[in-house]
Amino acid sequence: MSNVPEQLRYRDSHEWIDPTQSPSPVGITDHAQAELTDVVFVDPPKVGTQVSAGQQVCVIESVKAASDIYAPVAGEIVAINEALTGDPGLLNRDPYAGGWIFKIQPSTPAEFEALMDAAAYGKHIA
Amino acid sequence: MGARMVPFAGWDMPVQYTGIVDEHKAVRQSVGVFDISHMGQFIVSGPGAAAFLNRVLTNNITKLQPGQGQYTLLLNGLGGVIDDLIAYRTSEREFYLVVNAARIDADWAHLETQLNKDDEVMMANASDFTAGLAIQGPQARAVAAAVFGSDNSFPEHNTILVTMTDNGPMWLCGTGYTGEEGFEFFMPMETAETWFRKIVDAVKVAGGMPCGLGARDTLRLEMGYPLNGNDLSEGRTPLQAGLGFFVDLDKGDFTGREALVAQKAAGLPDKLAAFRMTGAAPPPRPHYPVAFAGEIIGEVCSGTQSPSLGAGIGMAYVPLNAATIGSTLEIEIRGRRFPAEVVKKPFYRKPSV
Repeated sequence: MSNVPEQLRYRDSHEWIDPTQSPSPVGITDHAQAELTDVVFVDPPKVGTQVSAGQQVCVIESVKAASDIYAPVAGEIVAINEALTGDPGLLNRDPYAGGWIFKIQPSTPAEFEALMDAAAYGKHIA
Repeated sequence: MGARMVPFAGWDMPVQYTGIVDEHKAVRQSVGVFDISHMGQFIVSGPGAAAFLNRVLTNNITKLQPGQGQYTLLLNGLGGVIDDLIAYRTSEREFYLVVNAARIDADWAHLETQLNKDDEVMMANASDFTAGLAIQGPQARAVAAAVFGSDNSFPEHNTILVTMTDNGPMWLCGTGYTGEEGFEFFMPMETAETWFRKIVDAVKVAGGMPCGLGARDTLRLEMGYPLNGNDLSEGRTPLQAGLGFFVDLDKGDFTGREALVAQKAAGLPDKLAAFRMTGAAPPPRPHYPVAFAGEIIGEVCSGTQSPSLGAGIGMAYVPLNAATIGSTLEIEIRGRRFPAEVVKKPFYRKPSV
């Protein structure tokens, strides 16, 4: 069974965002990493980029395929996880902590309400 | 078995069971088993079988003794590759051909057009009722011994054993598509389930696991083996694909020979080059543009992240001046160009023990 932490919010395309932190880290869910398996490259977004909710912001590559990552909410990309450059496998091993991909400073925090909570996402992947 | 299935050439095929990298490493280090039931099998027999096959295939089939097999190619009249296959001689006048799933109909149709009334050849297409497993890896012999008994012979490289068992006939072929020792095992569909369970159990006991098409692709690409549809097509010859070793221009006439002789005399327009990404880069994938000296000159045919090397590898048709070992190519990935070096095949060599 996939791990779906209670405090996070989710997109249907399997990104998570942590609304309890500011700026908010974004990553992919345990379910997504298990589906992708073997992440081998992360093409990170540029720090300082303004993004809207649902905008494609970066790409992660597994042996199998390239997958687009979408911004869960609008805002500015303020940090990227440099550790993923040398160790993209962090996304598989630690998707909710060490494997965060970028941090976003939300411009419209109300957008968190449009995302799925843990219960809804759990149903989405069931 | 928890497989993720995808449609492939009319079959539902497992793309992966536990993950491409784990499965890939199992084959390199212990053993893996692949469902290859999608592949096609033709039986060509009769007093004229050898002469007929020598007239339509590139390799010299008369070099085969009963029990031996060879890699060979089926060409169109222009020298383009219809299919690459393994031809086994099962007796003086009978041959067992193992062909690519996606090419079964094209191969069959082509063979029929090449057949003359007085050839004394009979062809049978056993593809629809034949199932197959490929057992690949250093522990493949242990799996064969566990399933068939340790006193039974193992099919050595490029040989075939046809045996009747309590479970019906089986064809054991000393071939694979991974660069590891192993065998391919074909059987009638109705006996498949019994065999599949026995083989999978023996593979697990030997420390291996079931593997999907994803690992099959990374394993064959590490060896530089071409995949029909990616690296081979009717628009290019085996000489361009670097498969001249499997083409015997001196054995007498065969379909496509004239075109190959002419191409050899005129010089190849391009060549399938193997490349390896030289820095941190996303994995190269089919159809990505390939540049040389700043100009786009082609596209990636096969490409992946090599689990053994931890680097991106691939193959592309490029002009001869770009195909020399050590020359620098660039692979365009989402609008950015990443450097790659032309290298010698295979990409991966087994560490010597």
